[in-house]
Amino acid sequence: MIAKLEAQDVRLDYLQPRSNSQLRALAGIDLKVMDGEFVSIVGPSGCGKTTFLSVVDGLIPASAGRILVDGRVVTKPGPDRAVVFQDASLLPWRTVLGNVRYGLECLKVGAREAKERATHFINLVGLSGFEDHYPYELSGGMQQRVNLARALVVDPKILLMDEPFASLDAQTREVMQEELLQIWLKAKKTVLFVTHQIDEAIYLSDRVIVFSGRPGRVKQSIPVTIERPRRLAVKREAHFHGIEDAIWSLIEEDVRAERNQVTLT
Amino acid sequence: MPAAVRAYLAHERVILGTLMVLLLLIAWEGLERGWWADALRPLLGDSAQRLRLKPIFISSPTLIAAAAFRMFFVTGEIWRDLAWSSAGYLLGLVLAVAIGIPLGLAGGWYRRLSYAVQPFLAALNATPQVAFLPLIIIWVGTGLSERVLIIFLLAVLPLAINAHAAVRTTDPRLIKVAGSFGASEWQLFRTIILPSSVPFLLAGLRLAIGRGMIGVVVGEIYGSAAGLGAMINQAGARFQTDRVFVGVLTIVAAGVILVEVVQRIERRVEIWRTPA
Repeated sequence: MIAKLEAQDVRLDYLQPRSNSQLRALAGIDLKVMDGEFVSIVGPSGCGKTTFLSVVDGLIPASAGRILVDGRVVTKPGPDRAVVFQDASLLPWRTVLGNVRYGLECLKVGAREAKERATHFINLVGLSGFEDHYPYELSGGMQQRVNLARALVVDPKILLMDEPFASLDAQTREVMQEELLQIWLKAKKTVLFVTHQIDEAIYLSDRVIVFSGRPGRVKQSIPVTIERPRRLAVKREAHFHGIEDAIWSLIEEDVRAERNQVTLT
Repeated sequence: MPAAVRAYLAHERVILGTLMVLLLLIAWEGLERGWWADALRPLLGDSAQRLRLKPIFISSPTLIAAAAFRMFFVTGEIWRDLAWSSAGYLLGLVLAVAIGIPLGLAGGWYRRLSYAVQPFLAALNATPQVAFLPLIIIWVGTGLSERVLIIFLLAVLPLAINAHAAVRTTDPRLIKVAGSFGASEWQLFRTIILPSSVPFLLAGLRLAIGRGMIGVVVGEIYGSAAGLGAMINQAGARFQTDRVFVGVLTIVAAGVILVEVVQRIERRVEIWRTPA
């Protein structure tokens, strides 16, 4: 079976303008995400997981290797992939409706159809009644729902999520995780989800991919066999903690190595 | 708290402001009429006479009001000056907006254009633009075009510089959003750059309005047949101080009204801003 999304030996080198030296951010990423699969990437901070997501989206060109969607090479952003950004990054001068409609405008979808589709997804993320509100009038959690609806509305095959709940408070985050799963079940999308929170990755995913410290490479891929639908309470079960420990021990040595490097330099 | 105190606190800003203006007007009137000189004579003797100033020197609020009434409603002479100045001012300002804003936006967008125009903008910004007036007169003479040009020159810089800064400070995260949704360059400009620039452009317009007013006065000093600037200049040469003040206050009023209009637009356009 052909993978929905495939990264083949993706490398990325940055030119650091100040020292004029090459910095390797990604050192050959290979991974496959199957259709409808929910895959998370975790790793120590600075491991390039967000950068990798930008490469998959096509915002940053890879230095080597390639990205395939349904077996076809992609090099630019396209409507087959949509990003849910880390900070909601909503257009502050647009209302909720105007923000959700944004991607459709870029695709030149007619005004009436755009409004219909946008309204559908505003309802799906539970924001009906807030269509005419401006972003500053919304809480952080609500802004992230708009962010999610904005990505879903262009009907992408793959949803790329970049630590979307990182800036939310702990309780809101938990609720949003549960809601994301419900929306994911309804929308039937393939998801690549970047996070630094191990429990979030396990709770959401079919598979957790652990990145090594910089330069980023795939250290291990860990399947999560917890039955769906998952309730939030599953996070407190022994089985869950077992996976959490396994992933943490993989990341721990890189975090410590990074720390030592920092103290050395 | 007594009701009177509460009423005062509720309108403190207006009351204090008005009070200060009234005090100034009374002090001024008293200087011209010799109120203070007479009142302080027992105390200061003859030196109190220094507080009696000639009308030719400072005029007085009532003299100015009388002159204004005459000029606006009896002879009506000021309307011609007002129309004359407004024509040059509006033409200069429109020209400055039409050239300055697109130039600034383009400079912020195209790095190479920015590099090419930078030396001129920097030089122009560092010079008092009125220094160019003799050159302008050599080139186009002393007429409407001279006045329009100097007003344009004064008003164009804040517009161009603000437009340039507006593009440069566009939130990179929003540019990324547009890129991710596959927006074309034109779509990026129209949906992200332009809307996020509007507050900067309006702020630039407010500055341009004030600087254009300088152009009105300065541009009409040389051989202009009419206009508020010319009127002020001629009245000053004849020591008609009250007429000078009428001209100055008319310009002040026009400036305040225009800035207020822009601020109204700003408030309407920026309802999406977080209320501070």
